[in-house]
Amino acid sequence: QAKYKERGTVLAEDQLAQMSKQLDMFKTNLEEFASKHKQEIRKNPEFRVQFQDMCATIGVDPLASGKGFWSEMLGVGDFYYELGVQIVEVCLALKHRNGGLITLEELHQQVLKGRGKFAQDVSQDDLLRAIKKLKVLGNGFGIIPVGGTYLIQSVPAELNMDHTVVLQLAEKKGFVTVSEIKSSLKWETERAKQVLEHLLKEGMAWLDEQAPEEPQYWLPALFTELYSQEITPEEAKEAIP
Amino acid sequence: MDRFSWTTGLLELGETLVVQQRGVRLSDGEEKVKFDSGVLLLSTHRLIWRDQKNHECCIAVPLSQIVFIEEQSSGIGKSAKIVVHLHPASSNKEPGPFQSSKYSYIKLSFKEHGQIEFYRRLSEEMTQRRWESMPTGQAMQVNKDTQAGRIRAVGIVGIERKLEEKRKETDKNISEAFEDLSKLMEKAKEMVELSKSIANKIKEKQGDITEDETIRFKSYLLSMGIANPVTRETYGSGTQYHMQLAKQLAGILQTPLEERGGIMSLTEVYCLVNRARGLELLSPEDLVNACKMLESLKLPIRLRIFDSGVMVIELQSHNEEEMVASALETVSEKGSLTADEFAKLVGMSVLLAKERLLLAEKMGHLCRDDSVEGLRFYPNLFLTQS
Repeated sequence: QAKYKERGTVLAEDQLAQMSKQLDMFKTNLEEFASKHKQEIRKNPEFRVQFQDMCATIGVDPLASGKGFWSEMLGVGDFYYELGVQIVEVCLALKHRNGGLITLEELHQQVLKGRGKFAQDVSQDDLLRAIKKLKVLGNGFGIIPVGGTYLIQSVPAELNMDHTVVLQLAEKKGFVTVSEIKSSLKWETERAKQVLEHLLKEGMAWLDEQAPEEPQYWLPALFTELYSQEITPEEAKEAIP
Repeated sequence: MDRFSWTTGLLELGETLVVQQRGVRLSDGEEKVKFDSGVLLLSTHRLIWRDQKNHECCIAVPLSQIVFIEEQSSGIGKSAKIVVHLHPASSNKEPGPFQSSKYSYIKLSFKEHGQIEFYRRLSEEMTQRRWESMPTGQAMQVNKDTQAGRIRAVGIVGIERKLEEKRKETDKNISEAFEDLSKLMEKAKEMVELSKSIANKIKEKQGDITEDETIRFKSYLLSMGIANPVTRETYGSGTQYHMQLAKQLAGILQTPLEERGGIMSLTEVYCLVNRARGLELLSPEDLVNACKMLESLKLPIRLRIFDSGVMVIELQSHNEEEMVASALETVSEKGSLTADEFAKLVGMSVLLAKERLLLAEKMGHLCRDDSVEGLRFYPNLFLTQS
C-alpha cells in the first residue's frame, strides 16, 4: 500500500518538474513573440480581440494577474488595468448625472478624451474586457445589453430582469411610459410602476410629468445631448479619492 | 450620396487641409446610411469623410459640387447638423459608394460638436472658391501635357506606389503576427493540458501532495493565467506572490486609510495603488487575492464584505459598528438624511456612506423611508420611544 502511495508522489513530482521545464520554454517562446509583435498588441485593437479570443478558447486568462507571463512580457496587463482605472474615474465623475448607468458609446468617448490625443487607441471591445475584470472588486459593475449596444452599470444597485427589460425598451427613444411597457411587455400597471419607481429612486431615470399624454420616464444615460459634454472640474474632483 | 467617390484620403498637391472634426455621421437626405461615425475633413478642394473604425473606408466630394449649405441647430436627442445641397453628379465622376440617390442633399451630423466652427470654415471656402485658382495634381494630369504636368504626375504615381508597398508590408506583418500567435497558442494549449493532468493527480492523492508542491503548482498556474482546476477559482487561490503583495499593501495603505476615516472601498484601493505604481499594475484579481490573505497574515488592515457585496479595506483599529453610533447622532441632529446628504456632511464617498447607514439600519438604529424621491434614513423611534 505504502509503495503505491510513494509511486503516486513520484508521478506528481515528475509532472511538476516537466511543467516547470515546459514553462521555461514557453516563456522563451513568448519573449520571442513579444520582441517581434509587442507593438501589434499595443497599436492594433483587432489584434487584441484575436489574441483574447484565442486565449479564451484554450482556457487561458491573460489578464488574471499582473504577475502572469502575458502581462509581464506582452504588456497586455498594464493596458487593461490602467483602462480599468480610467473607466472607474469616468463613471464616478458622471454618476450624479446618470445614476450610475452609462452607454458604452459615451463611456468610450469620455475615456478617449481623458486619455488625450497621443495615447493609444482604445476600442469598445477593450472597454468591455476591462469592465469584466473590474467586477471582481465588488463594486456593482455590470454590462447590460440594450438594442445592439450596452449600458454599463457602475453602482451596486440591484437591477433584475424586469429592470433590464424596461431599460431595453427605453433605449429606442431615450424614454418610456407606463402604457408602452404595458402594451409591449404585457405587464400590469403595478409591475410597470414598481420598476420605474426603482429606477427613479436610483437616479437612473428622471420623471417628466409635463409630457402631453402621460408622464415620461427619461434615462439620462441615453440622452444623446450629454454625449461628450465635458466633465467639469467639480465632477473630476469627485472621481479621485 | 451618389456624388461621393472613394478616395485614399490623401491630400493632393496644391490641396490644403482647412479643418477637421471627429464624430460626424453622414445621411443621404433624410435616410441613414452606414457612414455612422467618422472624421470629416474640409480641404481647399474637397469634403472628405473617413470611417473612424475602418480607415480604409474613405469618401470625398469636390467642393465645386456644392450649391449651398444650411445649418440645423441641435435639439433633444439630436446633434447639430449641416445640410449640404449638391449639384447632380458629373458623368465622369470616380466610382463611389452609391450609384444613385433620390436626394439632392446630404446631412452632416456632428455627434461630438464642432458644427459651428465647421460651418464657418465651409462657408468661407464656398465664398473664396480656392479650388478654382489652385489646381491640384490630378487636374494637371488631365490637362495638356506640359513638362511640369508630367513631372507632377510622376510624383503622385510614385507616392501612391510607395503607399501601396507600405500597405502590403503592413498586411504581411499582420499575417506574420497572426501566424506566430497561432503557433504560440498551440504551445500554451499544451501547458493547459498538462496542468489539467497534474490537477487530476492532486485530486486523486487528496492530501498526499506536499504543501510545497501545491505552492509550486499554483505559481505555475498564475504565470500562465490558467484557472486553478482543483478549486475552480481564479481568485481565492493565493500564492506566494499574493502573500508578498498583501504585506506590501498593509504598508502602502496605512496612511491613506487614516486620512479617510479608516475605511476605503476596494475599487478606491485599486485606483490608488495602480495610479501610484504607473507600471506593472495589479490586476483586480491580484488585489482581491492579496486582500483575502490579510486576516490570516495578521496584518493591521483587513478585508470586509458587506451584505450588498461591496468590498472594503479597513484598519484593524477601525470599528464600523462604533461609527454607526456617531452616524446615528448625525442623523438625529438633522432629523433625517439620505446617503448623499450624509456623505457630504461627513466627507465620505456616497458608496461607503450608504453602507454605514444600511448597517445602522440592520443594527436597528435607523429606519428607512423609501420613496421615489430617494432613500431617506430616520432615527428608529420605535426602538427608543416605546
